[in-house]
Amino acid sequence: MIDIAWELFTPWAAIIGGAIIGVSAAVFLLFNGRIAGISGIMGGLFRPMPGDIFWRVAFIIGMFAAPWVWQAIARLPAIEIDAGYDTLILAGLLVGVGTRFGSGCTSGHGVCGLSRFSVRSLVATLCFMGTGFVMTYVARHAFGG
Amino acid sequence: MNIGFFSFLSGLLFGIGLLVSGMANPQKVLNFLDITGHWDPSLMLVMVGAIAVGLVSFRIAKHRTLSFLGLGIKLPTADKVDNRLIGGSLLFGMGWGLAGFCPGPALVALGSGEFKALVFVLSMIAGMLLFEYLDRNTLKN
Repeated sequence: MIDIAWELFTPWAAIIGGAIIGVSAAVFLLFNGRIAGISGIMGGLFRPMPGDIFWRVAFIIGMFAAPWVWQAIARLPAIEIDAGYDTLILAGLLVGVGTRFGSGCTSGHGVCGLSRFSVRSLVATLCFMGTGFVMTYVARHAFGG
Repeated sequence: MNIGFFSFLSGLLFGIGLLVSGMANPQKVLNFLDITGHWDPSLMLVMVGAIAVGLVSFRIAKHRTLSFLGLGIKLPTADKVDNRLIGGSLLFGMGWGLAGFCPGPALVALGSGEFKALVFVLSMIAGMLLFEYLDRNTLKN
């Protein structure tokens, strides 16, 4: 049986925040003509093509700037990173290699791909959600936790 | 210059959306991935909200060849489900489930000054460089 954590569940914040992410992807698609996939935007920096660097860096600076803009208006929400350094290094490597081989991450496949009914993105999303569930189970329940 | 402005705006909105939804916090993401434990379904509603808007924008994009800035609309053309897609996504999910970070939230957490996010992002960049190396040298197809 699924044990839902009602006290942690934040449905309105989730839907509104999700819609803002959707607007971000819409701006990127309808003005710049591209898919807002974070791993692709970052990864493209490492196979540089003429005229291709500036907008990628501008997008990443925008993401960095989000917490600064937020802080000017309100208190930043908690960012709790429980993982130790060894776990973070391993996880980072897996995310870096995996998203590039898999041509996308939660944004490119999960949001944009599913929005345009891409079969590849549906398969990718099922794959990374699947191993995400398994690894979290292993990390939280199989070994102590 | 416009393309830079809209890239920045899009990145900024993306980051704000992650902060509003709570997804910039790896702990909250892990509470979603912990489906066999005490499960927080919020991430699913983030996807619902984002996809609801996304459906409209891709519908608009489908009827256009040029963006509002007059740039070509570049949508992915690949349609084969291959080993790279599956293998890569399986690996990505393993990393995601270990730390609760995917690329977007990691960048926002880094922007907010979290040292641990810097470690993750540097390692992610190393992973991306490793992909470039493997892609160029051993896995030509």
